[in-house]
Amino acid sequence: MGILSKPRRKRVWYQALGALGINAWLPNWLTGQIYQGKIKGVCVPVLNCYSCPSAMGACPIGAIQTSFASVRLNLAAAEAKFGLYVIGFLGAVGSVVGRMPCGWLCPFGLLQELMHKIPIPKLKFPRFLSYFRYAFLAVLVVGLPLLIVDQYDLGQTWFCKWVCPAGTLEAGIPLIVLNAGLRGLVGFMYYWKVALLVLFLGLMTVSRRPFCRAVCPLGAILGLFNKGSLFRMAVDDEKCTLCKKCEKDCPVDLRIYESANSPDCVRCLKCVESCKFGAISYDFLKRHEVAEDLRARKEAA
Amino acid sequence: MKRRLPWVLLTVFLGLMVAGLLLGEYKAVLEKAVTVCLDCIGIG
Repeated sequence: MGILSKPRRKRVWYQALGALGINAWLPNWLTGQIYQGKIKGVCVPVLNCYSCPSAMGACPIGAIQTSFASVRLNLAAAEAKFGLYVIGFLGAVGSVVGRMPCGWLCPFGLLQELMHKIPIPKLKFPRFLSYFRYAFLAVLVVGLPLLIVDQYDLGQTWFCKWVCPAGTLEAGIPLIVLNAGLRGLVGFMYYWKVALLVLFLGLMTVSRRPFCRAVCPLGAILGLFNKGSLFRMAVDDEKCTLCKKCEKDCPVDLRIYESANSPDCVRCLKCVESCKFGAISYDFLKRHEVAEDLRARKEAA
Repeated sequence: MKRRLPWVLLTVFLGLMVAGLLLGEYKAVLEKAVTVCLDCIGIG
């Protein structure tokens, strides 16, 4: 059995540990300050706002927007800084595991899965909306920060400013509640972001991981590596009976039997657990694990 | 057949990361990360 055979059955604990590990500086929740240690320049492979009071690392989407927003200012000052550190970090993570951090470590992913457990009628998430996350990436994370600058040649972090509900939940609301000095600055933008967060919380209860699938620019980046990463999923067409149990259990409604390394897959490995015909497997370096073929076991018995 | 693509990608992106570090980008990310991001919290 592979390295992930047992952990995947307790994935929610890994997600909780990931959320806690990335946000381990808990005393700041009492003071309303943010962690300011020297290790905070290290990027984390998930969407986690660096203004969350306890965040110990840098959000790569915030960091990359800041880098792009500063490119023209840096060039004007003859400084060659293009965001290579963050781009390299994301590419390196993607090359090894693809979108796996979304399924195992992301606090906002965990929140979406927990919200979806609320027992109310569910809706199918329209598949075409999955393409929207590339638009968010191209326009708000890359395009506008690079193209629209102020009189000092400095751009803005458009995704953080106008969309990111993780920032509102992890930083916006806590800091406004805990820090009286910031409370006086609340205005239209704050209410807009809180309204968006409420909208996403509502969507999470009725459909699976709506933010990851339609909006998250980090998922869009890491997902592009799914087909070319060291970690690989595979489906054996001869064993697959198209029972669709994997799709039913998948946290992103993925039809893995159509595309084993789809950019939508968060590699939670729930399908490896679900498949009773030994059709789904993964490879990582020298490790290989196949879903247990209960049919073959029954026939053998 | 041994797949080379992931190793090529990993090498290229690690190279980019190191180049960024050598250009001082870690400090730039750190400076942003230790300051309250007003945009992120909706008051920027």
